[in-house]
Amino acid sequence: MKYESQRVAMPYFIFALILFAGQIVFGLVLGLQYVVGDFLFPEIPFNVARMVHTNLLIVWLLFGFMGATYYMVPEEAQTELYSPLLAWILFWVFAVAGTLTILGYLFVDYATLADITMNKLLPTMGREFLEQPTITKIGIALVVVGFLFNIMMTALKGRKTVVNIVLITGLIGLAVLWLFSFYNPGNLATDKYFWWFVVHLWVEGVWELIMGAILAYVLIKITGVDREVIEKWLYVIIAMALITGIIGTGHHFFWIGPPEYWLWLGSIFSALEPLPFFMMVLFAFTMINRRKRNHPNKAATLWAMGTAVMAFLGAGVWGFLHTLAPVNYYTHGTQLTAAHGHMAFYGAYVMIVLTIISYAVPIMRGRPYGNSNTAQVVEMWGFWLMTISMVFITLFLTGAGILQIWLQRIPESGEALSFMATQDNISLFYWARMIAGCFFMAGLVVYFCSFFIKGQASFDEEVRGAAIQDV
Amino acid sequence: MSDMTDLALEPEPESGARQLPGDIAAWIFIFAELAVFGIMFIGFAVARSLDPATFHAGREVLHPLIGLLNTAALITASYLVATSVHQLRHRRSGVQWRLWLAVAVSCIYTVGKVYEYVNLYSQGYNLGTDTFFMFYFFLTFFHFMHVILGQVILIVLAVKVGNGDYDGSDMNGMESGASYWHMVDLVWLVLFPMIYVLA
Repeated sequence: MKYESQRVAMPYFIFALILFAGQIVFGLVLGLQYVVGDFLFPEIPFNVARMVHTNLLIVWLLFGFMGATYYMVPEEAQTELYSPLLAWILFWVFAVAGTLTILGYLFVDYATLADITMNKLLPTMGREFLEQPTITKIGIALVVVGFLFNIMMTALKGRKTVVNIVLITGLIGLAVLWLFSFYNPGNLATDKYFWWFVVHLWVEGVWELIMGAILAYVLIKITGVDREVIEKWLYVIIAMALITGIIGTGHHFFWIGPPEYWLWLGSIFSALEPLPFFMMVLFAFTMINRRKRNHPNKAATLWAMGTAVMAFLGAGVWGFLHTLAPVNYYTHGTQLTAAHGHMAFYGAYVMIVLTIISYAVPIMRGRPYGNSNTAQVVEMWGFWLMTISMVFITLFLTGAGILQIWLQRIPESGEALSFMATQDNISLFYWARMIAGCFFMAGLVVYFCSFFIKGQASFDEEVRGAAIQDV
Repeated sequence: MSDMTDLALEPEPESGARQLPGDIAAWIFIFAELAVFGIMFIGFAVARSLDPATFHAGREVLHPLIGLLNTAALITASYLVATSVHQLRHRRSGVQWRLWLAVAVSCIYTVGKVYEYVNLYSQGYNLGTDTFFMFYFFLTFFHFMHVILGQVILIVLAVKVGNGDYDGSDMNGMESGASYWHMVDLVWLVLFPMIYVLA
């Protein structure tokens, strides 16, 4: 760590990981509720648990992105952070507001929550993933604006690098698109457009820029490959992500009422959305093969390769499975969507945040070459347990989805099973998914344990070049 | 040379072997773009085979003459770009004016296309008219945007040549930009017969 102010990333990472644990706990609750319908009812009904599970995911990823940014931008710009104090203040504001919101979901019924947060003044609540009270949404917007101000002031006074430019472009996009969450038209079809402008253009648009920038940064650090080479790849990847992702929004417009041409545009462009993810796989593996140094932090290298592969599989392949309109006609809103959602979020965004944590946290803890070998082995056990569990979760949900489509969607009306009858028929897959979920939790515990193992990797493990040399 | 093999997707060619002009990153981008257009062409073919009558009726409304003029404009611009690369490689003069002329000639295409859009739109045709016009408007407009980007690239190249940034020793930038322009041209050479003649 070259700049003292980078250390402000630490609380963001720690809080992100705490929320991550919360997300998984609620994931397990939900998994059980799929098969034991009244589990924890009426204390935590399914809709509340689902809201907590998805909102925690979004919020902890935002904490992760912010932590990554506070760590990366000063080092890239070669200057101290503009205001570490502002970063700390915003951390506490965001952490307290986020916690209060989750507690609100859990302890107040949703309608009352809407009342006491004065949703009536500017109604924005009640939409999937955007359930946050309006006041929380405003808080998120203010925190992000303050964060962007801090980051841009830092970036502008220092060295301009492509990594910083791409990262900040992604973050500005994130902030701007968030504004659509405040627009809640009465017409449901119109509402869905704006809703997707946040949801889709985040995860299949600007977040890919953030992911690309973090991956590029970590690859520069752990491989020592020339910055120019990595930057060129980054440009091509983000260009492809935007070309395919923006019009690819059309795959959400198939059945919500817009003109028929979206069937074509959505299908064609989203069929190409796997391309940037495939290029990220090529990117990560090519750079690591051509490495000019063997960084002793092997765990971070594993995460970097893992995120590229899993993002390609989850976002690319599993997305493509049901993105063509004639296929989506049958698969829309089935467990196939859940399969895709789980692996895509884990592969692309959970793993990229864990990649930067794996690289940066040891350095912030005074271990410039990474954690001790034992800690890295434990961390890699966590990696494999979580990743393989997620593969199984995805496969079981895919099985559930295919059976669901077969029983409920394909047959002509009258012969098709009802929704609930179908659910009974696919419960075996849900049980299997639940078991895989428990293994994921075990993987998370193992991963957390790795943080408590003392010791650090030594300089001797570096074969060529110096791990902390300036690049 | 170093830029070309930077990405190391393939082994460095032996000396004397034919090399890809321009940067491999530009070629990855070009292939990705061609994949986008390729899938749209396949979509067009499938849609046409499902409903040939609509496609035939749609084609009747178009102006093949303007299409032909646009084709001639793009081919001429490509010729100028290719010869300007040749001139630069052999360190001869006349690189810059060829690039500027290519931009000017390609403007015949942009003006022609805008005229066509205005004309069709005023007659009541738009993206939602039928499947043929969906493809017509989307494909040609998507290509139109690529022509604009290509023109911007040609202008950047012309300015850089004017500033003396390119002296023929490193052809990477010039060849990459020219390759992109030829891709735009190539796509039109498929689009024109497909939409104006065969549909």
